[in-house]
Amino acid sequence: MSTAAIEQDFSSDAYLNMDLLRLLTCGSVDDGKSTLIGRLLYDSKSIFEDQLEAAEQASLSRGDERVNLALLTDGLRAEREQGITIDVAYRYFATPKRKFIIADCPGHVQYTRNMVTGASTANLALILIDARHGVIEQTRRHSFITSLLRIPHLVVCVNKMDLVDYDEAVYDKIRADFEEFAARFEITDVSFIPMSALNGDNVVNRSEHMPWYQGSSLLNHLENVHIAGDRNLIDARFPVQWVVRPQSDEHHDFRAYGGTVASGVLSVGDEVVAQPSGLSSKIKSIHLGETELEKAHPPMSVAIQLEHDIDVSRGDMLSRPGNQPTASQDIEAMIVWMHDEPMVAGKKYTIKHTANTARAMIKDLKYRIDIESLSRVEDATQLGLNEIGRVSLRSTKPLFADPYRQCRATGSFIIIDEASNITVGAGLILDGR
Amino acid sequence: MADVPHYRLSHLQMLEAEAIHIMREVAAEFERPALMFSGGKDSIVMVRLAEKAFRPAKFPFPLLHVDTGHNFPEAIEFRDQLVEKLGERLIVAHVEDAIKEGIAVEDPGKYPSRNRAQIPTLLNAVEKNRFNALFGGARRDEEKARAKERIFSFRDDFGQWDPKNQRPELWNLYNARHKPGEHIRVFPLSNWTEMDVWQYIALEKIDIPNLYYSHTRRVVTRMGELMPVDDTTFGPRDGEEVKEMVVRFRTVGDMSCTAATQSPASTLEDIVSEVAAARASERGARMDDKTAEAAMEDRKKEGYF
Ligand SMILES: Nc1nc2c(ncn2[C@@H]2O[C@H](COP(=O)(O)OP(=O)(O)O)[C@@H](O)[C@H]2O)c(=O)[nH]1
Repeated sequence: MSTAAIEQDFSSDAYLNMDLLRLLTCGSVDDGKSTLIGRLLYDSKSIFEDQLEAAEQASLSRGDERVNLALLTDGLRAEREQGITIDVAYRYFATPKRKFIIADCPGHVQYTRNMVTGASTANLALILIDARHGVIEQTRRHSFITSLLRIPHLVVCVNKMDLVDYDEAVYDKIRADFEEFAARFEITDVSFIPMSALNGDNVVNRSEHMPWYQGSSLLNHLENVHIAGDRNLIDARFPVQWVVRPQSDEHHDFRAYGGTVASGVLSVGDEVVAQPSGLSSKIKSIHLGETELEKAHPPMSVAIQLEHDIDVSRGDMLSRPGNQPTASQDIEAMIVWMHDEPMVAGKKYTIKHTANTARAMIKDLKYRIDIESLSRVEDATQLGLNEIGRVSLRSTKPLFADPYRQCRATGSFIIIDEASNITVGAGLILDGR
Repeated sequence: MADVPHYRLSHLQMLEAEAIHIMREVAAEFERPALMFSGGKDSIVMVRLAEKAFRPAKFPFPLLHVDTGHNFPEAIEFRDQLVEKLGERLIVAHVEDAIKEGIAVEDPGKYPSRNRAQIPTLLNAVEKNRFNALFGGARRDEEKARAKERIFSFRDDFGQWDPKNQRPELWNLYNARHKPGEHIRVFPLSNWTEMDVWQYIALEKIDIPNLYYSHTRRVVTRMGELMPVDDTTFGPRDGEEVKEMVVRFRTVGDMSCTAATQSPASTLEDIVSEVAAARASERGARMDDKTAEAAMEDRKKEGYF
């Protein structure tokens, strides 16, 4: 799509009804991630002149020959000085079809935690590969995390094609290599795009240098990838976050449960059951502000009134009588450790799962995953920063949970250190508890 | 926003849902939150989202306004009307008072900016009211330093932000654990862009101060920007020529440092088209950001939003 068309369409009402796509970029240092993001922002006119001027000035003072698009996205001063990206940064751009939120994740070995953070909310991941280097260790690691976090769509960007003479054979080899190792992962939708982020080939516009490539440009792909089917609309789950209870005569009998629909569809008249009480009732009304709705689905934040006055409070779960999440104190999970101080079996932590907070003890570290070889290390005794392992936990009260693969929102939790209050780990609940 | 055909949500509905979730989470996890109300469009949108999160009950927090004494009178008038209509509690912390009490210091010079003096004024109000969570209307698209800030942003006893030591934020699970004395800033609009905010205002038919719409105003040209002038403190400076022009403001800050843009945009639709075609960022109109490239980052570390 040409930039002129983008500008024009924005003034129409179509903008009111765009999709939202959250994506994540991963690549090793110097694969061209910042350049690619800068290019997307620039070519989609999401960069303002004053921001561009600032980048131009900074490029000049660094002695760069041309405007360094990467400078548009480098956030903090320390990073600018070191010339590296060290933390997840969020970028925004839009076309008339979609609004995009990019989680820009640094690619260093030590920053698995950043990538997992960015991946936790993403619908799609861009994995950058330098065409000169092909599939490397980092690519494997990034693909593994993508599949662990179950990002539904993956786009492999084979970048710097200009440095390999836009050679189809180079691209084919990388594609074959990637497909070979990715077969081990559960990745449902993978696309490959040869590009030059620097020159803009196949980023926004189709490249003239690669007539052999028949696919769409990256932006075109991002605008059209089918995301509506990614949500779980089957298993109704409503974790109660907040009780809306006006203390006024006018609304004397109003009592609604506020929360975000985790999965499934909830409709007025549906029979629901509350956990932990096990009491059931019917949905009387669904509210979003002053509007009453017939139905609610993920990820809407609504308030639900029930027919009966059953005692429900924060941390409770509403679901359907025939389809409830498992209530259990024993949890099997994959843990990504995010802190310098290692996770040790036997230690107690606080965990936050939906709107529920509980104390939990790490009972057992079954194995650690060696992220280089992707094999299991069975005799591991602890999980260090950026390490991933399979763990059994026991919590002080039951959690109402589903396997992560079934529902992200009821299958995930964070681990908090009780002394420092820092988030030290992320957990993904497994089947078969 | 009642229609939900095919269980699809527009980007604005998704952003709205996220913000409501964040606000309820803060209300549930913190004893004494407050909503920072500046009178600008972002804080007005936050108020609208709070209505969606908590009505028909009252907000579980008051609104807090740091009045620099340099505000546009129109903004203050708007604030008071809105608060009355809402029936919510407003707490005003005056920079003027903080300066008198010696808590804040007026910048030197003939034309002091009150940006710096706002910080101790705010922190003092936080301490006095024992607030431990403050909703701010900042967005990540506003400035590079903000792009990395978390939605729950922790501050130490001095209100300082440490960009190197932020908690990872995953899924929609916000870690709200805090120690006594610590407070957090929460940014429910983190993922909104300027365009999203305007679209939401249009969609929800939200009232905003007239300053945002095109009007005739006395201005001078100062350092290449159109600066508003009036008959009080903010008169023209030596040698400045006052002109009447048709202008509007893209952002509403202090009168001393908010530049106007020439614009005929008199409806929300006009503004949306103007924002779509704009070639300068909204913050570009704030003179205080131009001082240094890393200006914002410095002020944030000190406890500015
Ligand atoms: N020739 C060429 N150079 C590129 C391309 N993309 C990025 N680069 C260069 O590679 C270097 C690293 O890019 P950068 O975007 O900073 O990488 P990051 O570390 O992944 O963010 C810079 O010098 C870029 O100009 C490309 O497609 N072709």
